[in-house]
Amino acid sequence: MNEERLTEILGKYEADQSAIIAVLQDIQAEFGYLPKDAILTVSKEMNIPLSRVLSLATFFNAFSMEPKGRHPINVCVGTACHVRGAQLILEKLERELSISSGDTTQDGDFSLDEVRCVGCCGLAPVIMVGDEFHGKLTQTKIPGVLKKYQK
Amino acid sequence: MEEQTSEKTYRIHLMVCAGTGCVSNNSFAVKDALKEEIKKQGLENEVLVVTTGCNGFCERGPLLVVEPGKIFYQQLTIKDIPHLVEEHFLKGRPVEKLMYSPPEDKTPIPVLNDIAFFKGQVLIALRNRGLIDPEKIDEYIARDGYTGMAKALTEMTAEEVLEEVKQSGLRGRGGGGFPTGLKWEFVRRASTNNGGIKYIVCNGDEGDPGAFMDRSLLEADPHSVIEGMVIGAKAIGAQQGIVYVRNEYPLALKRLNIALDAAREYGLLGENILDSGFDFDIKVTRGAGAFVCGEETALLASIEGRLGEPRPRPPFPAEKGLWGQPTCVNNVETWANIPVIINRGADWYHSIGTETSKGTKVFSLVGKINNTGLVEVPMGISLKEIVYDIGGGIPGGKEFKAVQTGGPSGGCIPKEKIDLPIDYESLSEAGSMMGSGGMVVMDEETCMVDVARYFLSFTQDESCGKCTPCREGTKEMLNILTKITEGKGTEEDLTLLLELAQSIKDSALCGLGNTAPNPVLTTLKYFREEYEAHIKDKKCPAHVCRELNTYTIDEVACVNVGKGCDMCRRNCASDAIVGEKGKAHTVIQDKCIKCGVCYDVCRFGAVKVD
Amino acid sequence: MPKLTLDDLKKLREKARRTTVLREGGDFRAKVTVHMGTCGIAAGARTIMNTFMTEIEEKDIRDVLLTNSGCAGLCSKEPMITVELQGQAPVKYIELTPEKAKDIFDKHVLNGQIVQDYALGIGSEKTDVS
Repeated sequence: MNEERLTEILGKYEADQSAIIAVLQDIQAEFGYLPKDAILTVSKEMNIPLSRVLSLATFFNAFSMEPKGRHPINVCVGTACHVRGAQLILEKLERELSISSGDTTQDGDFSLDEVRCVGCCGLAPVIMVGDEFHGKLTQTKIPGVLKKYQK
Repeated sequence: MEEQTSEKTYRIHLMVCAGTGCVSNNSFAVKDALKEEIKKQGLENEVLVVTTGCNGFCERGPLLVVEPGKIFYQQLTIKDIPHLVEEHFLKGRPVEKLMYSPPEDKTPIPVLNDIAFFKGQVLIALRNRGLIDPEKIDEYIARDGYTGMAKALTEMTAEEVLEEVKQSGLRGRGGGGFPTGLKWEFVRRASTNNGGIKYIVCNGDEGDPGAFMDRSLLEADPHSVIEGMVIGAKAIGAQQGIVYVRNEYPLALKRLNIALDAAREYGLLGENILDSGFDFDIKVTRGAGAFVCGEETALLASIEGRLGEPRPRPPFPAEKGLWGQPTCVNNVETWANIPVIINRGADWYHSIGTETSKGTKVFSLVGKINNTGLVEVPMGISLKEIVYDIGGGIPGGKEFKAVQTGGPSGGCIPKEKIDLPIDYESLSEAGSMMGSGGMVVMDEETCMVDVARYFLSFTQDESCGKCTPCREGTKEMLNILTKITEGKGTEEDLTLLLELAQSIKDSALCGLGNTAPNPVLTTLKYFREEYEAHIKDKKCPAHVCRELNTYTIDEVACVNVGKGCDMCRRNCASDAIVGEKGKAHTVIQDKCIKCGVCYDVCRFGAVKVD
Repeated sequence: MPKLTLDDLKKLREKARRTTVLREGGDFRAKVTVHMGTCGIAAGARTIMNTFMTEIEEKDIRDVLLTNSGCAGLCSKEPMITVELQGQAPVKYIELTPEKAKDIFDKHVLNGQIVQDYALGIGSEKTDVS
């Protein structure tokens, strides 16, 4: 964890307690998860009880306590994707990567998660790999999509 | 400000859609290719490339509209660009093969307004869609932007603004449908305490899965929301505004921030706006991914940096909202309607729509429908017009089954009610609700029990856990529904489902819990025979519930028609198909995981599912 | 950028409309079509197009639509244009130079007088003005 970046993030909000969610969002964006040390520092610097920081960190879907893969995969399971077969896409990915939803591959290349609607319902079913969208998917297209990211 | 006030005249404007749908479809690469090719052809002083917000016809992205003339190009790829630029923009010959052709006849339709998807729409909230660059305030101003605000601040009293909004008949577009003017009046009358100020909040925590109206609006026309909020602030007497946007909407956040900076620079936000003596500014708060935060008390808690849990109302936020002060919460679409109402008057707005529901509503039309996208229609339009005229019907000649509106709080409207006029009351009577505007179309291959289970699993997951009926009740309902989809349900389960639904409706703390049973109640009401098929016959008529499906291969069709093509065996996920090229294939049932790939890849209809 | 007054806002709107009016599909009093087939371009149609663009910009004209189309079919008389005034028959002009183009813009497009000297024919073909 980069201490300097953490100090910068905290500096931006000047220990304004109501900005705690924004601080955690910035940390999540910077490190890809909420490192334990960062949570401890935030609690101390912003003078907010650790229990409260942790309750926020675990309540909101945007936060993760574990690091994600180099290519985090988010499978949209919004309604439009659901009726167009998102569950089958998710299971195909689980089989291809030999992991369950919520986990990261052993080599750390991919992590697999479900997300509630990314708002591209016109392209359903959709997955996101990192910041890139892949739409109108079928099970048979999945290996091709993954190949793009495999070394 | 040089780049914002384009002094030059161009003979052609290329409006490239840069809504999230088109961006996901690579529209930025198309835009870059256009710019490059235009330069190569020496047209850079004649042709202007403009990036706009969501055009609405997401199904066909990436999209490009050529002005003047509204020539509509769709599904563009980088490879199409050199030909397009040379033919149309240099030589003046529009390229037919890149135009839209309706599925039923293959004749290209060149002009946007002639395409059925756009024809039936009436644009008020989306009035600027596709016509301006959302990152340029001057283009918003050119389309009468900020004139409503100017009128409200310099020509009208706060009471007059309030009265205008009340007279317009506008109701909250976030779901509840509460009269906007009345809400404003409550906040206006409420008094602050301890020398605090009143707040205005724009709820952009669009949580319904399958809905993207707010995102599109913020991406395509952020200034209309800002202008609406300033007008509201004047009517209410608020000094601070907050826009709460989902963290999952990075593009909306970016464009909103650009818009806020530009408005501040022009003095359209801040102190003494337009020399009127009125002060108002707006901050942005990012949501952190919790559906319950769409509920206003949970949303306010989250803005204050607390857990996004709802609290009992009253007191309503109008009396005690943000930091304990009177607060007015309206959603994105509601705010976007305000400038037009002030500009064109309550009477004009009042003339659109039905007796009780005035104006228009934006819907995201998704699911099993040909023309997926964002549509704005007058209240009172029938469901049939939306599904068949604008939406272009169901793909693949499948049969229409139902439309789900209102997200996890709404319900399913069956095909028998396709003539239902869309307004707040009709939807409620049908057991659903307007909601924020998600409209998910379902066909014969959608299982209604599975849909009910899907929404329950959503609300179960998103339940904040504070009250027992919602936390435990939805879990129990979900368990029963899961049992039914696995073919383990009993007749008694249906009675129990109804009982649980009623008690959750009656006793949950907030809207999320109160409405969670709706998807189950409406599907049970209109599609009871589907539940019964799962329970009695252990069959899923739509072949969605996997445990109840059996895949087999018709040997005759496989060999005679398909010549034993072997596609199913090669794609099988679990080595459950035996056979070799040229010979009949068979499914070994013990090994089959029922993923359905064999059914999808067989081009000869030899794979059967029952 | 200093803070806007009400008056500034109005002026800014007028100015910005010059950019966006093209997109609003309003009524144009005239449409000028420059024929830009391969032969037209070879004969100098681009210069004619640029002349009209400059005229429109310099004179701050907002209700004249400038567009291009393919070959007019009379390659030997290029560069050619067609001028259509709202509600009137289209007029084709041939063998144009920038000077002739300016002349046509002033007399025909802006003032409705057909410049007989450069005209090929009147009412031969018609396109939709809007």
